[in-house]
Amino acid sequence: MTTNSTADLLQVLNEHGEVVRPDLLPDASTLTMLYRAMRRIRHFDERAVVLHRQGRMGVFPPYGGMEASQAGTALALTPEDWLLPTYRDTGAALAYGLPVSTTVAYWRTSPHGWAMPEHLKVLPFYIPIATQYPHAVGCAVAEARQGTQNVAMAYIGDGGSSEGQFHEALNFAGALNAPCVFILQNNGWAISVPTRTQTRATNLSKRADGYGIPGVRVDGNDIIAVYHAASEAVARARRSEGPTLIETVTYRVKPHTVSDDPSRYRTEDLTREWEAKDPVVRLAAYLRAQKLWDDAHEDALQSEIVEEFEAAVREADTYPEPSPTEILDHVFAEPTPQLRAQGEELRREVNA
Amino acid sequence: MTAAPPTKPATRTMTMVAAINDALAIALERDPAVHVFGEDVGVMGGVFRATDGLQARFGAQRVFDTPLAEAGIVGMGVGMGLAGLRPVAEIQFAGFLYPALDQVLSHVGRYRHRTRGRYHVPMVVRAPYGGGVHTPEQHADSPEAILAHVPGVKVVIPSTPTDAKGLLLAAIEDPDPVFFFEAIKLYRSTKEEVPEGHYTIPLGKARVVTEGDDVTVITYGGMVDVSRKAADAARAHGIGVEVIDLRTITPLDTETVLASVRKTGRAVVVTEAPRTGGYHSEIAAVIAEEAIDALLAPVVRVTGFDAPYPPFTSIEDTYRPNPARVARAIKQVMAY
Ligand SMILES: Cc1ncc(C[n+]2csc(CCOP(=O)(O)OP(=O)(O)O)c2C)c(N)n1
Repeated sequence: MTTNSTADLLQVLNEHGEVVRPDLLPDASTLTMLYRAMRRIRHFDERAVVLHRQGRMGVFPPYGGMEASQAGTALALTPEDWLLPTYRDTGAALAYGLPVSTTVAYWRTSPHGWAMPEHLKVLPFYIPIATQYPHAVGCAVAEARQGTQNVAMAYIGDGGSSEGQFHEALNFAGALNAPCVFILQNNGWAISVPTRTQTRATNLSKRADGYGIPGVRVDGNDIIAVYHAASEAVARARRSEGPTLIETVTYRVKPHTVSDDPSRYRTEDLTREWEAKDPVVRLAAYLRAQKLWDDAHEDALQSEIVEEFEAAVREADTYPEPSPTEILDHVFAEPTPQLRAQGEELRREVNA
Repeated sequence: MTAAPPTKPATRTMTMVAAINDALAIALERDPAVHVFGEDVGVMGGVFRATDGLQARFGAQRVFDTPLAEAGIVGMGVGMGLAGLRPVAEIQFAGFLYPALDQVLSHVGRYRHRTRGRYHVPMVVRAPYGGGVHTPEQHADSPEAILAHVPGVKVVIPSTPTDAKGLLLAAIEDPDPVFFFEAIKLYRSTKEEVPEGHYTIPLGKARVVTEGDDVTVITYGGMVDVSRKAADAARAHGIGVEVIDLRTITPLDTETVLASVRKTGRAVVVTEAPRTGGYHSEIAAVIAEEAIDALLAPVVRVTGFDAPYPPFTSIEDTYRPNPARVARAIKQVMAY
């Protein structure tokens, strides 16, 4: 019994760099677009860890190695669609369009990181597990009721798919024909608990069967396959054909967070195996073999990305630290008498 | 003649997390019915290492990782308890207990009552709670008042390693469900000599931390240390502060609280939970009902605010009461 069996796994570009589904191969510009997106979010992941070591970033859950799973899904959306990311999905949020400076601020624990841009429908990273899944159904149902073609895409991990709310959401979405795309990133681990301890199921996409909705299992390190599956699911939702569950089979090659020590619960053999399936390297090799990419492209992209990120970090550096009374802001539209009194109390204390 | 065997030291220096680990090991050793489970408690030994080494020592039947599902963990614990085991569940952070609240509110505290004593749930649910260590969103909540409001459950919140060990063993041996909240801030910040081996500290008995004649400060868990510091500062100004560590909030040791308030005539209640509807309000109400005649000043609450606990590192300390705030409250009741 293998957890990540390749049976039923949708692949376009396999780990040996071979195209196994030529019929699903997109055009050259889409391929380079996908590559650029992965390189961009990989840069963030690498920089975030460095910033953390420098004390310029808080606790950060890295997603390195899962770029295909995150960018490939989020890129299937437009800014009219909803994105409900977990703490692990900074990459997805960036690919969807969340400004890098906002994202840096978020992981610096600044309230600026909570100020979601007006032109996007992205919600702040969800820290409690699975609680966002029913929200996605609600967003999707609301869009449908208001006559739009907009969809909601929500993320969850293999661990999170054990929570009751995951199952409730899938059932609701099916019953209400909600235009929802559920992304289940199966990265092998819920902190220290491997998927095989989490569940006896070996194919998590099959969970969709229980709710009468389509389930798709895709190679989460093959962005072409991920993007294809996500685009199909989004299109289906836009056509009012209802929700889809997509399991992206991938691996968390990094620690759970920057303060986690994976050696307590795993040997690194399997991690090394997965490093060899790196989604960024895989697509780069293919693009180069097809003469769609070369060193000059890579260098230009690299400086573009570095510039974007450095500018964003500089911008985030200018965000002032919150003032103490900000802890009381935005609790209600109008502060209650109690909050007003507590604000007064705080102001007195701060000035005392 | 051989040398006399080395005498076993009666105590060992321990942090609070080590004391909890020790209590769990002793309980697992003494009673085969005790089972420890939760997210990441097995192989990894818990995110705070409270269950470190227990699976290796007692096996994966007795100490095991569960799927990530709090309602499942608590609900399964109910069944295990009904069927004769002594479940000791861990919820990774008290702020993640919320998905399990249906089980807590609908079932955990009701079984003895709804079966007229035929069944009962001797379960312990442990959960780290509280702030002061710069955790992300929802990791620093203090939901004890929610639990204390549920009939049929007990709520224990230790503030020292010695208490943590003795109270946890008492909680595990208690025939009824107990929620055991452990202040994250205290896990590693305090060390003391903890008695070796098995001992219990009875639930429902408060501890007088410092004695004083002028003001009573009533608190528990992560706020005991904060209150003690404020009391020390007040003492330097000639104000005698009696700090009471409740240790268990349900059952509440009203006797100790009231005796102290009758002696001092002034009360300050300190918690890090939001102000409105918190357990501090219950304590204030008990004092008002039972000891109003003794009061020389209104009871003052020092608490968090009616806002979610902020994950913003630079202003977290504004939310969580500090010694200066407690000291101001002490001054306030003295000046009334
Ligand atoms: C309701 C809830 N319970 C527990 C936690 C603590 N926790 C944070 S991440 C995590 C593991 C999540 O694993 P998975 O869903 O597989 O996602 P991954 O981190 O692997 O992306 C746990 C248990 C939480 N954040 N929320």
